[in-house]
Amino acid sequence: MREPLLRIEGLRTVFRIPGGEFAAVDGVDLEVPRGRTLGVVGESGCGKSVLSLSVMRLVPPPGRVAAGHVWLEGRDLLALPMEQMRQVRGSRVAMIFQEPMTSLNPVHSVGAQIVEAMRAHDPGASAAALKERAIEALRRVRIPAPERRFEEYPHQLSGGMRQRVMIAMALACSPRLLIADEPTTALDVTVQAQILDLLRELQAETGMSIILITHDLGVVAEMADEVAVMYAGRVVERAAARALFEDPQHPYTLGLLGSVPRLDEERERLLAIEGVVPPPFALPKGCRFHPRCPFAIEACRMAPPALEEIAPGHLAACIRAPVEQSVAA
Amino acid sequence: MSAAEILTAPERAGHEGASPLLEVEDLAKHWPVRRGLILARQVGTVRAVDGVSFHLRRGETLALVGESGCGKSTTARLVLRLIEPSRGALRFDGEDITALSGASLRRMRRRMQIIFQDPYASLNPRLTVGEAIAEPMLVHGIGDAASRAARVRELLGLVGLASFHAERYPHEFSGGQRQRIGIARALSVQPELIVCDEPVSALDVSIQAQVVNLLKDLQARFGLAYLFIAHDLAVVKHMADRVAVMYLGRIVEIADKRALFADPRHPYTRALLSAIPHPDPARRGRVKPLGGDVPSPMNPPPGCRFHTRCPHAAAICREREPPAVEVAPGHRSACHFARELPPAGLDFSGGLTPAAARRLALFASAGRPAAASV
Ligand SMILES: Nc1ncnc2c1ncn2[C@@H]1O[C@H](COP(=O)(O)OP(=O)(O)OP(=O)(O)O)[C@@H](O)[C@H]1O
Ligand SMILES: Nc1ncnc2c1ncn2[C@@H]1O[C@H](COP(=O)(O)OP(=O)(O)OP(=O)(O)O)[C@@H](O)[C@H]1O
Ligand code: SF4
Ligand SMILES: [Mg+2]
Ligand SMILES: [Mg+2]
Repeated sequence: MREPLLRIEGLRTVFRIPGGEFAAVDGVDLEVPRGRTLGVVGESGCGKSVLSLSVMRLVPPPGRVAAGHVWLEGRDLLALPMEQMRQVRGSRVAMIFQEPMTSLNPVHSVGAQIVEAMRAHDPGASAAALKERAIEALRRVRIPAPERRFEEYPHQLSGGMRQRVMIAMALACSPRLLIADEPTTALDVTVQAQILDLLRELQAETGMSIILITHDLGVVAEMADEVAVMYAGRVVERAAARALFEDPQHPYTLGLLGSVPRLDEERERLLAIEGVVPPPFALPKGCRFHPRCPFAIEACRMAPPALEEIAPGHLAACIRAPVEQSVAA
Repeated sequence: MSAAEILTAPERAGHEGASPLLEVEDLAKHWPVRRGLILARQVGTVRAVDGVSFHLRRGETLALVGESGCGKSTTARLVLRLIEPSRGALRFDGEDITALSGASLRRMRRRMQIIFQDPYASLNPRLTVGEAIAEPMLVHGIGDAASRAARVRELLGLVGLASFHAERYPHEFSGGQRQRIGIARALSVQPELIVCDEPVSALDVSIQAQVVNLLKDLQARFGLAYLFIAHDLAVVKHMADRVAVMYLGRIVEIADKRALFADPRHPYTRALLSAIPHPDPARRGRVKPLGGDVPSPMNPPPGCRFHTRCPHAAAICREREPPAVEVAPGHRSACHFARELPPAGLDFSGGLTPAAARRLALFASAGRPAAASV
């Protein structure tokens, strides 16, 4: 198999709190294949955003990456001097966020902001050349009348258009990896469909890899080649997308699948997972899912289960998987 | 006394089979848009809700779906008489309530309650959970302090919380728990109708499932009617008996849930349904995005409001407003081509694989985990 574009090894990111610290991301191993999409799915607070900020080295204080490696094209991003990391951001790896309004500056025109982002990576280019490239970038994300949009301000654009602008800025310097953190969560479903379509087309054009972070299993199924399911700071299951949905292994993945109402099935009751996600400063011992898991046995409380291969390329961190064999035994 | 005895209003029995619980006719709300700080001048009108009609029967769930800004919350507030309509009529239990005021409005309000989307913003942080739940009873002069306290304990049990939670403050609760508190509060005055304005949209899927199950249980137990506002059509399919689809202040289609999903007769409904990504990678790539953006409600397009984005639009659509056509009993669509549209070609088959279904069944039957008690 070809070397993945990005490999995350043993990543641990902690936040300092009064009286100690907690790990929001706690020992994560992941791979992002070239030209493909890794979907990262999990509920609020499981560490998806901290994971992506860690890769970008943008974790805000009081947080810091405490351990691990992030290998991109042979270099460990976590070991780079900050100056080099700034170059990597934008040119090799770029990121877009859930709410485009908070990442766009309201007092500058859309065009000025794209030009600014481009200038940082190409200080020698003339103003005219940059403007032309910025308009081209807007056209690439299928914004109608890009010359006019270039002059407009963020508040004049709809949520979907703003997200297109963010994508245009992120892709301005042709990064090899795009990290998209819930890029469609704030959008209506018809606009979401447009943005997902656009991301797919741009990936086909450029061959970039995507890490797509979402809590929506529908979006994952639609977009991801590989999927990682996160729970309480850890990856609990990893597989190719079809394998994950057709042969789900971890009880948390099962719970998620049972919780979403489906258009292709009638069910009287949804399979709700009891209880709530534990806060990262009060994590249960052993398997972090055990207090909510109907399959839990004594051993689940003792030691954290390792992420182990259950089938080729399919990993799950559960000593009871596959559950039908454990329940029968 | 059990919770069921407390909450089943005896006078309710007499109303079965009579007129619909709620009837809404040509309801509209136009907001003036003003510019300027000192001499605010009206520069336009937002037609937030622009002539909607529907009815809701006892014990039934009518879902109101549509994209952001189409007028769902405004409709909810009109129904509850929290804002005054620009035109139209409202009947509750056969009585015209469009112009009610004072004591009669208050009496009527006891019979309809609301649950909001944002469980964080909708609870007063200075009230204990017990006080918040008792507040509507206090407002309506129901019971005395002791009976209200007893009732609060009943209600907490009913929504899956514990009596001791009455002493706590909202910030000590998770989003899902706060939504349960909001539900207990709405139930406290034994309403017949609960308007649910995106009650699960802000919640994680596992918590969303808990709240959806709770709402369905409570409905079965107390015969509640829900006006259920949502933008997630999968949730709607699970919850609703009938569905009304809104676009730019209008209902463009209304039908029984089955008819609406099996044979949608408005191009916008079809666009919404085909934009939903399915949790099934085998069906990847079938999502068909609708072009364009929603036009401004200050300046809705002439003719059919959907014509700027509609793949079926013809000359007539730009000129004449389509009337609501009854394509089947109880199934209305406001499209010039409601009857002629080709089959929608939507495919909702698929479902879980046998392996996944087997494991989900085991999950459901494996018994309650250790931490199930809240
Ligand atoms: N700046 C911060 N300071 C302290 N704790 C933080 C900070 N950022 C994140 N955390 C904590 O780290 C954990 C993981 O947060 P993260 O934002 O990664 O979750 P997420 O999976 O992205 O959730 P969501 O779906 O809500 O975006 C959470 O418990 C969160 O409270
Ligand atoms: N008080 C107000 N003054 C002026 N315009 C308003 C007011 N309240 C709502 N509107 C406008 O009316 C339209 C409908 O708003 P409404 O809140 O009913 O939409 P919605 O369907 O509930 O949307 P969402 O899904 O975002 O909650 C919007 O264009 C909104 O901006
Ligand atoms: S009336 Fe015309 S524009 Fe409107 S939905 Fe029907 S076909 Fe489309
Ligand atoms: Mg996040
Ligand atoms: Mg609303």
